[in-house]
Amino acid sequence: MITESAPPALDLTEARRRRAEARWRYLEDTYVLWRRNRLMVLGTAIILGLILIAALAPLLATHNPYEQILNDRLFGPSATHCFGTDSLGRDIFSRVVYGARVTLTIALLVAAISTPLGMLIGIVAGYLGGVLDEILMRLADVFLAFPRLILAIAFAAALGPGVENAIIAIAIAHWPSYARLARAETLNVKNNDYIQAMRVLGAGKARIMAGHILPLTLSSIIVRMSLDMGTIILTAAGLGFLGLGAQPPMPEWGLMVSDGRQFLVDQWWVSTLPGLAILVVVMGFNLLGDGIRDVLDPRQRQA
Amino acid sequence: MSRYLLRRLVTLTITLFGIMVMTFFISLVIPLDPLAALAGPQAPQETVERLRTLYGFDQPLYVQFGRYVARLARGDLGVSFQTSRPVFQDILKFFPATLELATFAILVGVALGIPLGVLSAVYRNSLLDQFCRLLSLIGVSTPVFWLGLVLLLIFYFKLGWLPEPGRLNIMLLEPPRITGVLLFDSAVARDWEVFGSALAHLVLPASVLGLVGMAGIARITRSSMLEVLSQEYVKTARIKGLGEFLVITRHALRNALVPTVTVVGLTYGGLLEGSVLTETIFSWPGLGRYMANAFLTLDLNTIVGGTILVAFTFCVVNLLVDLLYAFLNPKITYTES
Repeated sequence: MITESAPPALDLTEARRRRAEARWRYLEDTYVLWRRNRLMVLGTAIILGLILIAALAPLLATHNPYEQILNDRLFGPSATHCFGTDSLGRDIFSRVVYGARVTLTIALLVAAISTPLGMLIGIVAGYLGGVLDEILMRLADVFLAFPRLILAIAFAAALGPGVENAIIAIAIAHWPSYARLARAETLNVKNNDYIQAMRVLGAGKARIMAGHILPLTLSSIIVRMSLDMGTIILTAAGLGFLGLGAQPPMPEWGLMVSDGRQFLVDQWWVSTLPGLAILVVVMGFNLLGDGIRDVLDPRQRQA
Repeated sequence: MSRYLLRRLVTLTITLFGIMVMTFFISLVIPLDPLAALAGPQAPQETVERLRTLYGFDQPLYVQFGRYVARLARGDLGVSFQTSRPVFQDILKFFPATLELATFAILVGVALGIPLGVLSAVYRNSLLDQFCRLLSLIGVSTPVFWLGLVLLLIFYFKLGWLPEPGRLNIMLLEPPRITGVLLFDSAVARDWEVFGSALAHLVLPASVLGLVGMAGIARITRSSMLEVLSQEYVKTARIKGLGEFLVITRHALRNALVPTVTVVGLTYGGLLEGSVLTETIFSWPGLGRYMANAFLTLDLNTIVGGTILVAFTFCVVNLLVDLLYAFLNPKITYTES
C-alpha cells in the first residue's frame, strides 16, 4: 500500500533561522582563519592603521603639511619635527600623514574604476559569447600586450600630469585582468542548473548577469583586487616619482621621494622616510591580499 | 603543435594591429600640436598650414591611420625630437646598456631566488622558511626607485664601496663599439680598467632589479617544490634509499623548475624592455631612461615607436615562454583547442 507522505510544509521562520545561523557560522570560521594567520593579522593592522591615519590626519599631523617655513629648511629629525623638514621647510611627518589620504584615495579610486569596468566587460563577454566576446577579449589582449607600468606611464603622459589622470591611467592598465577573470568565472557557471532554472523561469539576460552571475564572480575578483592593491600603489608612487602623477605641492609619497633626491647625501630623511611609508603600506596590502585569498579558499575551510 | 603555433601567430597579428590602433590613439590624445612644435613658436599661421598639408594632418583620420600603418610596416618609426635621430637607430643604440643590465639582474634573481625557494620548501615552516618568505615579500613590496636611492646612499655616498650612478667612470673612454655591451667590448679591447669600472657600475642597479626578480622566482620555486615533494615518485626515490640531497636535486628540483623557467623567462623579458625607474635612478643610458625622457618631454615619435617595440617584444617573449614550457613539460600538448 502506498501512502502519500506530503512533503513537510516549508517553515519560513525555520528556514530563515537556519540561513542566519549558517551565515553566522561562516563569519565565525572566517574569524578563526583570520586569527590563525598571524601575517594576515599584521597586514590588517597596517591597513587599518593607514585608514585611521588618513581619517585622523588633521589630529595626528603636528604641522600644516603645506606651510613653508624657509628658515626651517632641511632640519634633521628632532622633537619638534620627528621626520625632519624638507627643502621648503615643510614638516615631513605631517606630509607623510596627509600622504596616507592621497595613497588611499588613489588605490580606492583605481579599484572603483577598474574592477566594475572589468567585471562588466568580462561577464557580458562570457555570458553573451559570440562575436562580442571575441572583440572584447581581443581588446583586452591588446591592453595586456603592454607591460602594465609602461601602459600606465604612456597614458599618464598622454593625458597630462596630475593625480586624476594618473588614476585613470592606472585603471586603464588594470581592467583587462579583471575582465579575463570575470569571463572565466562566468563561463564556469553560466550553464549550471540554477542559471538554467532562472532562464526557464523567464529571467532576462541582464537580470541573470547582474543578479546571479555577478555575485558568483565577486569572490575571485576581490581576491585579485586585494593582491593588486600593492602594485597599484607602487605604480602611482612611481608615476609621482617620475613627475607624471601627483604634482607639487601635493604630499604624495613618490613625489616626496623624488623631491629629496638632490639632498640624499646630507639630508637622507627627506627621501627615505616617505619611501619607507610606501614600503610598509604595500607590504600591508600584500599580506592582507595573501590572507584574503587563503580565507576565501573553500579548501582551507574544510580543515 | 604547428596548428597551435599558427593560431598563436594569427592572434599575435591581430594583437599587433590593436597595438598600432592604441598607439595611434595615444598620439591623438597627447596634448601637443606636433606641427607647432616643428614649426617653432614664431612661425606664421600659413607655415603651420602648409606643414599640416605636407604631413597629411588635414586628411581624415582613417587616411592618417592608413599612412601610419604603412610607415610602421616599412620599419620607419619616425625621428625622435630629443636626439634628432631616427627612433629605431636610437633604440638600437640604447638597447645594449639595457641588455647588459637585464642579464646581470636576471642572474642575480636566479642565483638568489632558486636556492631560497628550494630551501624554503625543504624546510617548510621553519625559521629559514619564514625568513625567505619575508625576504620575497619585501622584494615585491619595495618601490624600486626608493631601494635604488637607499642603496646608493649606503654603498656609494656613505661607505664608498661602489661607484657613482652611470655606466662607466667619467674619466674613462668607452672601448671601440662592437656590440655596445661594455663588458664584452672592453674584454675584446683588453681594456681591463674599463671592464672593472663597468662591472662595478653594474652591481647596484643589477641588485635592485635582481632583488625584485628574486621575489617572484623564489615564490614560484617554493610552491612548485612543495607540490613536487608530496608526489609518489619522490617517496619512491627515498624508499629505494637515495640520499636526501640527490632526491631533492635530481628528482624533485628538475620537475619543480618547469614553472620557474616560465617566471624567469617572463621576468627577463620584462627587464629587456628597460626598467624606467631603475634606469632613471642610476642614470643608466638604456631603453628605460630613453623612454622616460620621451614621456616627460612628450617626444611623440619616440613614445609611439618605443611603445610599439616594447609591446611587440612583450608578445614575442610571452609566445616563446609558452613554447618553452611545452618543450620542458611533455605532458602539455597544444594540439587541442
